[in-house]
Amino acid sequence: MERIPILRMGDLLLVTIQVDMHDRLAMTLQDDLTARIVQEHARGVLIDISALDIVDSFIGRMLSNTAAMARILDAETIVVGMQPAVAITLVELGLNLTGVKTALNVELGMAMLNKMQRR
Amino acid sequence: MTNMESTRLAELLGKFEREILNEWTRFESATGALEAEQSHLRRQFLRVLTQALESGSIDKLEGSRWDEMRNLLAEFSRGRARQGFSPAQTATFIFSLKQPLFAMLHRELVLQPKILADEMWVGSVLLDKLGLFTVEIFQESRDQVISRQQQELLELSTPVVKLWQNILALPLIGTLDSARTQVVMENLLQKIIDTGAAIAIIDITGVPTVDTLVAQHLLKTVAAARLMGADCIISGIRPQIAQTIVHLGVDLEDVITKATLADAFMVALERTGNVLPTAARRA
Amino acid sequence: MAASSMNSNAALSNANKTLPLRSDDDVVRLRTEVRHRAIEIGLSLVEQTKVVTAASELARNTLRYGGAGEALIEVIQHGAKRGLCMTFIDKGPGIPDVALALTDGYTTGGGLGLGLGGAKRLMDEFDLKTEVGVGTTVVIKKWKRF
Repeated sequence: MERIPILRMGDLLLVTIQVDMHDRLAMTLQDDLTARIVQEHARGVLIDISALDIVDSFIGRMLSNTAAMARILDAETIVVGMQPAVAITLVELGLNLTGVKTALNVELGMAMLNKMQRR
Repeated sequence: MTNMESTRLAELLGKFEREILNEWTRFESATGALEAEQSHLRRQFLRVLTQALESGSIDKLEGSRWDEMRNLLAEFSRGRARQGFSPAQTATFIFSLKQPLFAMLHRELVLQPKILADEMWVGSVLLDKLGLFTVEIFQESRDQVISRQQQELLELSTPVVKLWQNILALPLIGTLDSARTQVVMENLLQKIIDTGAAIAIIDITGVPTVDTLVAQHLLKTVAAARLMGADCIISGIRPQIAQTIVHLGVDLEDVITKATLADAFMVALERTGNVLPTAARRA
Repeated sequence: MAASSMNSNAALSNANKTLPLRSDDDVVRLRTEVRHRAIEIGLSLVEQTKVVTAASELARNTLRYGGAGEALIEVIQHGAKRGLCMTFIDKGPGIPDVALALTDGYTTGGGLGLGLGGAKRLMDEFDLKTEVGVGTTVVIKKWKRF
């Protein structure tokens, strides 16, 4: 079964979503991430969605849920690279991705994670 | 309505092509277009018309048998639109064929008045439809040109400026309408991504009035920027606009607003971790 | 659909497509198809995104709430204006309270998670017909602005 690869960088997990995910794949990603956070004692998760043309309510909920579960496991989640068209559509849709922190790109996202962890 | 299936037009057009072309040339000359190009077009039009008539009924001009004719006319019409001709001048190309066509029909069918009348009717209806088609395409092309020019004007008149490391400014000038605001905001969001800016200052000092739609667009843009991971400050809100916003019941929620671009810049600097010495801050 | 006015785009409109919605993969295929049609009629990037997102929401509804169904994608014409029309049909349980279904509430779950309100906001036209025990049909349209 196909899976979205999760990379580990120190105590960060990095996921780059590059395919149009069907719902099952999104759920698998959510499960995999949660498992890996525990496995690797990760303190941060970076989800790169710069290749996503679409974020609908299902994916949006997946991101929110992932961030919430990660926080319970003492890890911060940052979603990076949201495209303007996607952002505009999400606003119109009324979805505000509660609990999800965002950054413009991976670099800024990592900087944000590092700053948070220094506290 | 006459039965269009049994028309002899195809046969007659083929037989008298040269005569019709000659008379048409004499008739349709005052457009100022290059004569060589015109006569080539006339010959092409007649050929395509004859072929289309041979292979199909006249009623359904949307059908595939009329594809070549539609393409020919569409290209012709768009070309004329680009060159600045009026729709009437463009349609006249087709309508002016009536004179030579009817003259030819009269010569051939003078002894069969009923058939003459029927064929003239078929020819007239057909040329009317084709002429109107060129007008429709013409309008469409003109509209596209206008819309493209509007786009270009928009992009020229709303440049996004980099004020400082990670700080962008968008000084808006003139009346904002819904369409313009949308385009401008999309450009701003794209610039934010392109430059990795943390804060964008939208300055509306130069905007005389703001209505509900525009205010909502501004709010949506701020929301979208935040979703992406940046933030916006709206500056240059004059007292009248502040009143309008309150009266319209638009809730600016937690959007930061400042009276001047300078104030907004100060806030942006602080928020991006740039601390200025006290003397400069008091300025 | 304008049958009476002749237009050079008539050739495009006969490429209407019906896609089945019976699995997650079907929803992804639908998104791809809708994206292609949106590009075809010249919608801007933001408009394309809105259209595909709305289609995705409704396709998911058809699959999850309606049990399975199909989607029809058509390029439509109104005078010189072109647009995209999508119809989502299922023979599922139907929606008992349409007003409630149209309310928002993704995060709170109050909108029954049906994504209908959102899809409606993203499109120019939205029409829903439903009957309990029979099924639901949703039609959405987006026009290309000049």
